[in-house]
Amino acid sequence: MKRAGFSIRWLPILLLLPQLSIILIFFYWPAAHAVRSSFFLQDPFGFGETFVGLKNYTSLLKSSAYLRSAQFTVIFTLMVTALSLSLALLLAVKADKVIKGAKTYRTFLMWVYAVAPPVAGVIGLVLFDQSWGPLKEFFGLFGWDFRLGVDYFDTAFAMVVISVWKQLPVNFIFFLSGLQSIPKSVREAALIDNRSASGRFWDVTFPLLAPTAFFLLIINITYALFDTFGIIDTVVKGEPSNNPMTLVYRVYVDGFRGNDLGGSSAQSVVLMVLVLALTVFQFRMVERRIHYT
Amino acid sequence: MAQVTLNTLRKVYPNGFEAVKPASFTIEKGEFVVLVGPSGCGKSTMLRMIAGLEDITQGDLQIGDRIVNDVDPADRDIAMVFQNYALYPHMTVRKNIGYGLKNRKIAKDVIDQKVTDAANLLNLNDYLDRKPSQLSGGQRQRVAMGRAIVRDPSLFLFDEPLSNLDAKLRNQMRIEIKALQRRLGVTSVYVTHDQVEAMTMADRIIVMNGGEIEQIGTPAQVYHSPASTFVASFMGAPPMNLLDALVAENAAMIGGQTIAQFAGHGPVTLGIRPEDILPDPNGDFEINVTLIEELGAHRILHATWAGQTIMVSVAKDVTAETGTMHVAIKSDALSFFDAQTGRRL
Ligand SMILES: Nc1ncnc2c1ncn2[C@@H]1O[C@H](COP(=O)(O)OP(=O)(O)O)[C@@H](O)[C@H]1O
Ligand SMILES: [Mg+2]
Repeated sequence: MKRAGFSIRWLPILLLLPQLSIILIFFYWPAAHAVRSSFFLQDPFGFGETFVGLKNYTSLLKSSAYLRSAQFTVIFTLMVTALSLSLALLLAVKADKVIKGAKTYRTFLMWVYAVAPPVAGVIGLVLFDQSWGPLKEFFGLFGWDFRLGVDYFDTAFAMVVISVWKQLPVNFIFFLSGLQSIPKSVREAALIDNRSASGRFWDVTFPLLAPTAFFLLIINITYALFDTFGIIDTVVKGEPSNNPMTLVYRVYVDGFRGNDLGGSSAQSVVLMVLVLALTVFQFRMVERRIHYT
Repeated sequence: MAQVTLNTLRKVYPNGFEAVKPASFTIEKGEFVVLVGPSGCGKSTMLRMIAGLEDITQGDLQIGDRIVNDVDPADRDIAMVFQNYALYPHMTVRKNIGYGLKNRKIAKDVIDQKVTDAANLLNLNDYLDRKPSQLSGGQRQRVAMGRAIVRDPSLFLFDEPLSNLDAKLRNQMRIEIKALQRRLGVTSVYVTHDQVEAMTMADRIIVMNGGEIEQIGTPAQVYHSPASTFVASFMGAPPMNLLDALVAENAAMIGGQTIAQFAGHGPVTLGIRPEDILPDPNGDFEINVTLIEELGAHRILHATWAGQTIMVSVAKDVTAETGTMHVAIKSDALSFFDAQTGRRL
């Protein structure tokens, strides 16, 4: 077989150059800059900087606000991931069974996908609004005095609900296509082998969905950690101080509102390490994963 | 082992298509029945109604002494082998075979014993801990068989189980399945579009066409006395020759020559198997051979006879050349069909 290749040595490098320079300028350079700034204390007025070693990191660990955010981030990520995955799976299983009007039903479930996170946040604000939000009134029926932006738990609750709602369609689409790629005859064989529908689901359907579910797990964790920024920003806008926020949002708040560039850089570095760990974990799992044919 | 009775079983799909027209027949205990017909004729639909994978539109289905129309597939005491094997890709061979038993609250050591027995029977011992993706097509087929036999069902259902295998393996598995069924004595319904499979495996053949049953009979009956021109041309390779003939004065004639005595009047379709036309220098009939197909053990002569094309099958030691040839006809091997309806007369 003839090897396909470039006859001019420098051509491939030239073709890669635009992509490489974008990555370099917009990803590596800021990342390197953040790592560097995390070891310095910046003058609030932009006049010079002082090397402080690991002090930015140690003060992070001592900051109760930071630890509170970290704790909230863990709980928030767990809740958003677990809820959006399980609800999407439930909806996908139901939608998969629908024969009549299946298309309408699916479109109906998917349109949220097209909503941008800040818009989702605004819609959430309207629904939970203090003076005329229908959800607030609904909670009021049960004696729950819902106070968005005032009560820590209520605000966290709204953030989780909006984030889950926004992420549902993606998970739904993947789960549904995962379900539909399971051969019909395999399900029929299970129908003959096992009379219990839930037994069939956990023994046959779910294991065959596992690769999809794992992929979505990573996507959802990343989403909850990073992509919920727009939603959180919309919900807490005005007074971030008393409200729950994720670590990513705190980077922004401390760096740009609090003008603590060194501390905020240290926070970014912590997040970078977290992403790195997640990526390594994902690659490990993907390598180990069984490939079905 | 169970008797299966279909009473005017009919299937209309939600889109209004009638895939199976009302069908009635009884499958005896331990019988091996083959449903055969061209693709799209409704064989799978019929089988899937028996399995419970498809709703029955009308009629009754009885397995053993129960009407099972509304019984779940898992409760019909059946086992099914699918065309693409339908193995559980994430389970080992052992788990695949044992899964149906596990759900029937059978003790673990009993399951292990049964799985081992089935694996012995099917030469799968060395593969019990492999996943289906690590097996060859033939081995997967055996696992699918194993999954069916461990259950000791009262009815086996097969939907074209061999069509994904290569020709050699198909012949081998055909014999294995048949032998296994004989040994276990389980009533079986086997769907195929391959008439050779039907002929070689069946106790009785049900020939279907366009959602309708054309004929039910033993392989010999179906082959030698086809109930319609459809059956005549579907069963046998090469198929039965179907010739336009004219009946007058109690004789059936082709090209003005009397072929056989036959009561009636007017046009009929005359069926002759290619091997019932015998090369004979003293034969009464003259054909014109245009092409010779060499098949080793025998040869197929393509010829014209009074303006109609025919095929003649001759043994390898018969000398044959293109051009004019004299033949005789086994007059007791003829079939006559209504020229309009194609039904046997
Ligand atoms: N779910 C369905 N809806 C409508 N028509 C169907 C459906 N399944 C099968 N058919 C039609 O019914 C006929 C018989 O199908 P099938 O039983 O699968 O044929 P076979 O197994 O003999 O090839 C075919 O014409 C097929 O197109
Ligand atoms: Mg079929």
